[in-house]
Parts: sequence; C-alpha cells; structure tokens
Amino acid sequence: MKLYCLSGHPTLPCNVLKFKSTTIMLDCGLDMTSTLNFLPLPLVQSPRLSNLPGWSLKDGNAFLDKTELIDLSTVDVILISNYHCMMALPYITEHTGFTGTVYATEPTVQIGRLLMEELVNFIERVPKAQSASLWKNKDIQRLLPSPLKDAVEVSTWRRCYTMQEVNSALSKIQLVGYSQKIELFGAVQVTPLSSGYALGSSNWIIQSHYEKVSYVSGSSLLTTHPQPMDQASLKNSDVLVLTGLTQIPTANPDGMVGEFCSNLALTVRNGGNVLVPCYPSGVIYDLLECLYQYIDSAGLSSVPLYFISPVANSSLEFSQIFAEWLCHNKQSKVYLPEPPFPHAELIQTNKLKHYPSIHGDFSNDFRQPCVVFTGHPSLRFGDVVHFMELWGKSSLNTVIFTEPDFSYLEALAPYQPLAMKCIYCPIDTRLNFIQVSKLLKEVQPLHVVCPEQYTQPPPAQSHRMDLMIDCQPPAMSYRRAEVLALPFKRRYEKIEIMPELADSLVPMEIKPGISLATVSAVLHTKDNKHLLQPPPRPAQPTSGKKRKRVSDDVPDCKVLKPLLSGSIPVEQFVQTLEKQHGFSDIKVEDTAKGHIVLLQEAETLIQIEEDSTHIICDNDEMLRVRLRDLVLKFLQKF
Amino acid sequence: MDPECAQLLPALCAVLVDPRQPVADDTCLEKLLDWFKTVTEGESSVVLLQEHPCLVELLSHVLKVQDLSSGVLSFSLRLAGTFAAQENCFQYLQVRSTPSSPCRETPACLWPRRPVSSWCTSWLCPCEVEPRGSPACRGVTGPRVPRRSWITLKSPCAPRPPPSSPVFSSSDGSLWETVARALSCLGPTHMGPLALGILKLEHCPQALRTQAFQVLLQPLACVLKATVQAPGPPGLLDGTADDATTVDTLLASKSSCAGLLCRTLAHLEELQPLPQRPSPWPQASLLGATVTVLRLCDGSAAPASSVGGHLCGTLAGCVRVQRAALDFLGTLSQGTGPQELVTQALAVLLECLESPGSSPTVLKKAFQATLRWLLSSPKTPGCSDLGPLIPQFLRELFPVLQKRLCHPCWEVRDSALEFLTQLSRHWGGQADFRCALLASEVPQLALQLLQDPESYVRASAVTAMGQLSSQGLHAPTSPEHAEARQSLFLELLHILSVDSEGFPRRAVMQVFTEWLRDGHADAAQDTEQFVATVLQAASRDLDWEVRAQGLELALVFLGQTLGPPRTHCPYAVALPEVAPAQPLTEALRALCHVGLFDFAFCALFDCDRPVAQKSCDLLLFLRDKIASYSSLREARGSPNTASAEATLPRWRAGEQAQPPGDQEPEAVLAMLRSLDLEGLRSTLAESSDHVEKSPQSLLQDMLATGGFLQGDEADCY
Repeated sequence: MKLYCLSGHPTLPCNVLKFKSTTIMLDCGLDMTSTLNFLPLPLVQSPRLSNLPGWSLKDGNAFLDKTELIDLSTVDVILISNYHCMMALPYITEHTGFTGTVYATEPTVQIGRLLMEELVNFIERVPKAQSASLWKNKDIQRLLPSPLKDAVEVSTWRRCYTMQEVNSALSKIQLVGYSQKIELFGAVQVTPLSSGYALGSSNWIIQSHYEKVSYVSGSSLLTTHPQPMDQASLKNSDVLVLTGLTQIPTANPDGMVGEFCSNLALTVRNGGNVLVPCYPSGVIYDLLECLYQYIDSAGLSSVPLYFISPVANSSLEFSQIFAEWLCHNKQSKVYLPEPPFPHAELIQTNKLKHYPSIHGDFSNDFRQPCVVFTGHPSLRFGDVVHFMELWGKSSLNTVIFTEPDFSYLEALAPYQPLAMKCIYCPIDTRLNFIQVSKLLKEVQPLHVVCPEQYTQPPPAQSHRMDLMIDCQPPAMSYRRAEVLALPFKRRYEKIEIMPELADSLVPMEIKPGISLATVSAVLHTKDNKHLLQPPPRPAQPTSGKKRKRVSDDVPDCKVLKPLLSGSIPVEQFVQTLEKQHGFSDIKVEDTAKGHIVLLQEAETLIQIEEDSTHIICDNDEMLRVRLRDLVLKFLQKF
Repeated sequence: MDPECAQLLPALCAVLVDPRQPVADDTCLEKLLDWFKTVTEGESSVVLLQEHPCLVELLSHVLKVQDLSSGVLSFSLRLAGTFAAQENCFQYLQVRSTPSSPCRETPACLWPRRPVSSWCTSWLCPCEVEPRGSPACRGVTGPRVPRRSWITLKSPCAPRPPPSSPVFSSSDGSLWETVARALSCLGPTHMGPLALGILKLEHCPQALRTQAFQVLLQPLACVLKATVQAPGPPGLLDGTADDATTVDTLLASKSSCAGLLCRTLAHLEELQPLPQRPSPWPQASLLGATVTVLRLCDGSAAPASSVGGHLCGTLAGCVRVQRAALDFLGTLSQGTGPQELVTQALAVLLECLESPGSSPTVLKKAFQATLRWLLSSPKTPGCSDLGPLIPQFLRELFPVLQKRLCHPCWEVRDSALEFLTQLSRHWGGQADFRCALLASEVPQLALQLLQDPESYVRASAVTAMGQLSSQGLHAPTSPEHAEARQSLFLELLHILSVDSEGFPRRAVMQVFTEWLRDGHADAAQDTEQFVATVLQAASRDLDWEVRAQGLELALVFLGQTLGPPRTHCPYAVALPEVAPAQPLTEALRALCHVGLFDFAFCALFDCDRPVAQKSCDLLLFLRDKIASYSSLREARGSPNTASAEATLPRWRAGEQAQPPGDQEPEAVLAMLRSLDLEGLRSTLAESSDHVEKSPQSLLQDMLATGGFLQGDEADCY
C-alpha cells in the first residue's frame, strides 16, 4: 500500500493511494499563492498599474503539482473532500488521459462549480493582449528581481482553465451522499462522511474487508452551518491520513469574528467603507449571519452590505436549498418553513444586495459608507482590485482579511503605499492541534500519516511545541513528491463459500472453540471477489469412443491424504521408541526450532520442529516407515 | 442561645453522629457552624458546653464512629476549633473529651503559645478533612498533635504519604519542627495551603516562615527560571527553583500545571495585602513572574529551557491561569516596582485587552487589573498630572476600548463600560485623561450603547453616561455636539419610562439620584421639575428597586429642601441646626408640588417590603424634621385633612392622585401625624422570611432531613 504525495500544501492536498488493485486520488487542490507574484488585473484601466516600469507578465497563474511521480492516466477514481480541494480538477481530468470517475457530494460539486466559474470569469473578462513565457526559462528567471527569482518550479505554472474544461471535468463527477458505500471494482469500498467544515464537505473511508484507511481533510468541530463531523465512523482505522488542519492555529475563530465586527463597526461609524476580500461561499455565510445579529445592536442597520461576484446570486440561493447538508438547527428551520440562513432576510429587507460585477446596477445603487464582500482574496483579480484602487487612498476605509489562504502583506504589496486601514482576521474553522489530539485519542488509529508541516511547530513559533501533532506512535510525515509505503501489510483476504460446498464440510473440533475442516474446491476469482465452488465430480471413466471435450478437461481429484495437526510430545515419543521399539541409544538434542532425536546405532535422525518433522535415515525404508507411523500416531488426523 | 434552639440541639447532635441518618447538605453544616460562631461570640464557650453536654458528646464521639461522612467530621473538627479558640474552653474540652478527640491530643503545654488556637481556628477551617477510615486517621500512637494537625490540613483527595514518611515517624520534637517536616515532604499541590497557613500566623519561627515562603514561591520561580534569558532579579530565584517535584507537577499534565499555578497565584494574592506577609516582599520578582505567566498564556513568551518550551505548549491559551494571573497582577499594583517592570505589566495588560483571542472572562479580569494599575499609578507633579507612563498608555488604551465597546459579545461591551465608568469616576478631573477621552470616540460609542439589545449593557451604558455627564465628558465641547450634550437627560428619562428590562431603569434612577446629589446641571436648572418628572416616572414602575431608588432620590431632595438628616450617633458633636434653605411652608409646598407625598404614601403601602420600609423611614425623617416647626399649625389654624383622607384609599390601592401635587401641605402633615409610622416600621422590620432565616428553622430543617422531627409526623394524622 503506497501513498504518492503530489502536493506540499497541507490544506490543498493531492495524494494518490494505491490500495489493493486500485489507484485512488485523494483531492486535487490548486495552490494559487503563485498568483501573488503577478500584478493585479484591474477591471478598469489603472494608470498606476499600467505605468509601472519593467516586466510585464501576461501568463496565466495556475499551479499544478508534480506529475512525474505517477502516471495520472492510471488513476481510477478521485475522491473530493470539499469544494476548495477540487480546484485543480480540470487540469487532471482534461489533460492527463484520466478515464476514471470522480466522487463528490452534491454541494461540493455545485459550490465547486461556482468557485471555478468565478475564477474563470475573473480571469477571462480582462483578456490579455500578449502572453509571454520566456521568463520561465531558468536562466532568465535567475535574473529577475526577488521574490520572482526565488519562485520554485515556475515551469509548472499553467494558464487558467476555460469554462469548457470546467464543464467537461464536472461531467465526470458522480454524486454521493454521506455514509453511502461505493464499491470500487469489488476490491475496496469508499464512503464519504460529514467533516463539519463546509457544505457537503467530507472525509473518506477507504476499506477492504480487513483494512481500513481514513482520509481526514478539512474537518471542523465548531458549530457553524454544516452538518457536524462524523467522528465515530473513523474508529478502528489502520491508517489515518490527516490533512487540512487550520492554517492559523493560534487564532480562535470566535475571537476573530468579534474582531471583524468591532473593526467593521468602528470604520462604518466614522463614515468609512469596509472591504472584505473573500470567496463567494463558505465563511461568508457565517459572517453574514453574524452581521445579521450584530448590525442592529451596533446601530448599523442603515449601512448597506454589498456582495459582488459573478456567482453571488447562485451562492446565496444554493446555500438555502442544501437543507440536508446543514447543521441540525438550520435543518429544523426548513420545516417551519423558514430559510435556514438569515441572509435571506437581509436580502428581503434590502440590507444585503448582490451583484455579478461592479458594472451595471451596482453603480446606480452604490451608497457609501458601505461594506463590500468580493473576490478574489489574493487581491490579484476580481472586483476587489477595483475597490482597493478606489478606497486605498483614504484612512477612513478598512480592508478586513478573513480568508487565511494568502499572506495579507504579500497580497497588499502592489497597492502600497496604502492609506486605508488593514485588519487581519483570518477565520479558519478547521481543526486545531488541541482538537486533533482529542480526535486521535477518540478514534485511535494504528498509524497517522500527515504533511511534514504538522510534525513540527510553525517556523515562526518554534517554541510552540503545542502547535504540532503529538501522537503515539509518532505520525509518519510526507512532503511533496514523496512516495510513502504505508506501514501495514495486508494479511487476509475474504473468500466466500458456495452454500452447497459449505453444507458438505464436516468440522472437527481440535481445541475447544476451534474446529477445522478440509475443503476441496475450485477458487473462482472475478472482479476482485473470491468464491469457493464445489469441485467437479470425479471424471467418469471415459468411453473409448467418445473424445473428451475441452470443457471436460478438469484436473483430476486425487485421493485425499488426511491432514495432520497437533505436536509431538518428545519425551513420550522417546519412551515409546525405547519400550515398544527397543531402541536403547536414543539421544535428544534441543535446537532453536525444536528437537532432534538421534538413534545412534541406526544412524537415523528425527528432526521435530513446530511445523515439520523430518526422518532422515539412509537406506532403511522399513525403519523410516516404522518411524513415520509412530510419528503419525502422536498427531491428530482428519 | 435561645431556649428553642437549645431544646433541638441534643437531637441534632444525635443525628450528626449517627452515620445512618442522612445529613442535610454541606451548606447546612456551614450555616450551622456560622451560627455557632455567632453564639460563641456572644457568650462564653465554656458555659455553652457546660449547658449543652451534647456538644461535648458530639466532639468526643465523632472520631469514634465508623462511616461518618467527611462533611460531618470536618464540621465537628472545625466546631472543636471554634470552641477551643478560647483558652478555658480548650482546657475544658481537654479534660472532658475522650482520648481521641482533637483537643485531647494537643499537649496542654502548647496552649499558651498562641499558634495552637490558630491551628484550631484558622487551619482547621479552610481545609477539608480526609474521609474517615483511612490509616492516616486511625491507630496512631505517640504524640498526636502533628498527625492530627496534618490530617486536618489535607485536602480530601490528597494522596496518602507512605507510612515511613517523616510526618508519621516523628516521635518527638516540637510542633514547629513537625510542621517544617510536613512542609518539606508534602507534594507541591498540598504544601501550598500549608505554607499559606504558616505565613498567615503572626507568631511563628522566622526559619519556618522563610521555608514556607520559599515553598509558596517555588512554582513561580520555576516558571521564571524556565523563561528568563539573563539572570533575573535576586530573591525569587535564589535556591528555590530547583525543586524537582514542583517541576514534575508543572510538567505532568495541563491540568496539574494549571492547578498548581492557579493555587499559587491565589495564595500569593491572599497574602499580599496582609500585614504579616513576609518582608522583604519580592515585588519585582513576583511582577516579573506574573507577567511571564501571562506571556506564556498568550504564547508570546520565549522559553529558555526545555521546561520553558514545555510550559509554552501547556499554558498557551489556558484561560484559567490567565484569569488567576490577571487577578494577582491587579493585586500587585498596590506595591511599587521598577519602572521597566511596570511598563511590562501595562504592556501585557494592553496586549491582553487588544488580543482578539482573549475570552470575555479574561477581558473582564484584564479590565479590572488595568483599572487597579491605573488608579494606583503615582501622581507626580510635573508637566503631566498622571505620571510619566500613563498618558501614552491612555492614548493606546482608548482605541482598544473603542473596539471592545463594539464587540459582538455583550459581556465584553459590559466590562468595557464598567471600566470606563470606574476610570472616569476616579480620573474625570485629570486633564490628561479628559484630553485622551474626548479625542476618542468612546463617549459617542457609550451613548450608542444606551440602545444596546442586551439589558445589562444598557444599564452599564446608563451608568457610564451618567458618570461621564457628571464630569462634562459625555460629548466633546465643540458646538456641533451641543445637542448631544443636552439630550442625555431626555434620553435617560426615555429609558426610565419605556425600557422593558429592570436593570437599565434602576441604573437611570441611580444616575438621577447622583445628579441631584451632586448638583448636575440638568438637575440644578429646575430641581423641582426634575424631581417631579423623575418621581412620576418611577412611581409607575413595576420594578420595586426602581421605586426604592425613587425614595432614595426623594430623600436627597428632602435633605436639600429641609436640611440634612440629623445624625443619630449620640457621641457626635452636636452641630448647630442648619437653617433650612427656605421657609417650611414653601418647602412643603415644593414637596407637594413635585408629588413627593403622593409617591411616598403610595410606597408606604407598597406590596414590596423594602419599598414600604424605605418610605416609612423617609416619612419618619420628614415628621421629625417638621416637628421642630411646631408653630406651623398655630399659624394656620386647624388643618383640613379631608382631601388627604380621601386620597388614602387610593394610595392603598396603589393609585396616585391625578394630577400629582394637589394636596394641601397642612392636610398631608396632619395625615403624617395621624399615621402610626413607628408601629408600621417595626411590623415591616420583621421580614416575611424571618422565620425561615432563624437558627431554629435551620436546626428544624436539619432534623427533618434526618426524619427526627416526630411532631411533623404527628401532623399527618
């Protein structure tokens, strides 16, 4: 059993598991931090950005992980754990010869589609006149200013995919529900479990009859909108692959939400605007819910909230229809019937308005001071670029970073100097190390496998020994482009017995509680399932005239010799040899594996070991047979 | 002791020593002990014991009974301690009690040394007793004081030391030596309380005190040593830091580490203000260690050793320790420390207040500690009136306070408002503070919180705004805020009239009372109108505390109109009567005009006793005041009480005269004289639950739990 680790990013994992005869890809996250090396793509001509001197970089910005490690066309299935971890899907399904199936829950697919759609839209609506790729040449890259010259593996950076590729990739997905058991070629069974992190987010169990691998990716134990995490089903795993922990282990999400609200209120009260760079789904639902309760208490009911994204409308509406994927509280609202998320009411009362982009209606409705939620969190593309340009110059305004995926300082770099206030409130509800430690105690896997980043404290806080996974035995760590042999061997395989064959068995109790029976059968293997069928009847004596047909040509069933069991009591054996067989010169030696009984005069050795007995005597077949019969007397036969 | 209780006592003692009888919960035993303490304060303990032999019986038997609950055993030992605190009673118990009783085991020669009584009183009291039946309690031979004392000092879940422990093997030596031995062989978890007990004693060998103090400081010394990069200040680190068991406890688990540190900090906090605390007091080291603990909790401390590294991981985000450290840090503000450490303390407090990760309870403690540090900061004359550090600190504090006033969690907004109120109460007159406050948005935010959805926050906002307004700080003085400066009274009045919750309305009444007392502009401008308006609003209120506070306001107004209440202290120097501000007739007319009589008479028949009581006091005060103006009646002839009498039934029904203030002063006066206010006061003084609160009732309850009160059973037939 092997794990091929294609991504070094612990929250955007991409691993391939070879288990029995299957090749399973676990997630395909897209690391977009490389976009930070590029200039923002402004929606409106920005004199400042376009007049910058020097390099003009016109390439796309996707980053695909190493593929030489494994031929991706051999991947049988891809299991997706949440919508953030499927963003590289088109690169794999469309460009590698992949012919398998992708499994994901419905909300994952729908919201994943929205995220991809938004990404494509953001990139495509500002077409580039030129493209350049010469700079990717290592010799040229070396000459570029820092940090560009330090960027790794720029040759693997890819252009953004198209909507057509997205659609084609998504068409390969098969929808699954929590706890649904999916058979893969009869060899293994995979099951998604609720992971509590996002709408439809799942952990996966990959198991055969005797082995169980749990894949935990992006899970949360906090009570937010999704269904709570299913921990119990993770018990008794041989291996637990643990990825997608919180990226900000020192920040408590509750505290950060408090910080978010306080700073928002202070800014708006002073007549400033608040910009929240965010993804169109996920934490934004919780933030809107929080604001729904907060704005009235803070006297901010008249301040408009704007949500600008090409998929804003769909995202807000989708969230309301996935009732079965929501936490209990929200599910029960559906029966009242009420919309599970209060942003419906915010929209109804005109407090929250959503637009596909800043063009069109938005410009007519736009009122300040206001709060704008828009993408992309990297500040490199999307409507957020426009607002950064618009509001950056006033110290009354504030940009509040809530998504933890990008370094906010790097994101802000091209906008410097900046007068607007910047607040960093990363809200990451995924598991922290204390929760992991409790989880591992609870589910007790035999082995834990995780990215190497989790096995040591973060580099900036090297003294925080609490910010790492602490378990026994120590977790096996992996890094990008490593192949890990998972630390357990398969020992058993399940075989079914046909009823009529089972009927014919006569078990014999050899120890209390243990019975044995000999089986003569034909082993039939198909689709990774094994079946014992009754042996064909002994061949009829062939009539000389009739030629044998090929199908009748079955192996002959030989007369069965009895099977032996038990062990030979050496002392008793020697006594019998002396008393009944008249040997007087017997010597017994102890060996590492058993005993050697030496009949000196007869020059005969009897080696008695745990699983074998050898009689070594030259040229005295009579003696050998006598001794054999004696040995057999001490053993049970059936 | 009253005879009823005396009668019940034997039966109760019998219940207590009978392990088969269920004993009421521990709070009953606590109440019982409290009652005994009150009784022994009033009369001689010996006489008490002589008159009630059942008590001696109880103390003697209690150690012999098998399976007695630890609660009862603890109670009995503490009771013995309470009695034995008087020397003659101690001797009486020694003679009377059985050999196994606590006092019998204390050598008589030890008594005159003051500590023994303290053993009995102070040490027995705070510590729980080990459950009966353990080897530690039984079959002990030799001089028993130490053993018994030690037992009483143990916490209930204390692991037993091995029989070979020096605590047990001592066969000679003084009490102090034994205590010293106990101190050195108990684990760090249990020696803290013992060390604290020793340090609280006034007469105790210096060497033992030194040892005890070192024991108490050990955990903090370990923390300091594990994190200090350079040799720190002397005192705390000398010789104490290498205690292996302390280190082991700190490293064993998160809960043992947090428990030890919390207890240590609490012990030191208790010790700090006592006159007998060790001297010299290592203020600087304690300050340094406490700041370090807080830094470990917020994850910013840099470890200097592997122990430090471990502590970083264990304490990071530990709210319990954080709270205890903040409490102690607040207490440490009472001493002086090196400037550098004070700066560090203020910095760590500010970080704590600033940090998004601080929980509401931590923030509350941080606000309290910050307040203590600010209020204790030396006020040195010079360019700044608040000392050199404070102005800068305030400039950084107010943005944080602003943020906290906007926090989505109401507890945080509430603590921030309380902090603001306290700070401006003490510092409202300081120019630095006024400057920093008015430059911030804090006053506007506090004003905004008058509309907060949470009633506690509204109440705190009312108090804060009342306080700020008293000092002219509720809005900047610039012209554009003129409206805001004036509308506060109306806004508060609005809250008083319409707020659905009691807390904000009570707060408004308190603010108005303060305003009237201090001559706040809104009250002084037209006092009669102010009082009339407020009383009218208060009289309609359904919350008795609001009405009671209305009477308080009325009393202040009475004082201002008729002169202050006379002092009741017989030894006070008699001051010449202050002439009333205005002639009596006018004063009374004013009282009538503001509706004070309506309000007070209505309140006299209030269904809530405290209101009626307060009103009764107010009317008595008024009657006394008027008595000195006996000339009034003569001047105006016989009064016409008809209108007042006509109103009486309405008052009884809780209705007010409409419109208020239509009474004739004379009629009201006559009414006042005709009412038996003294009789009413004594009736009201007897609370409806006075029976339930009596010791007799307590004894009856406890007996009833034991099924001992036969009388109750008889009632069933």
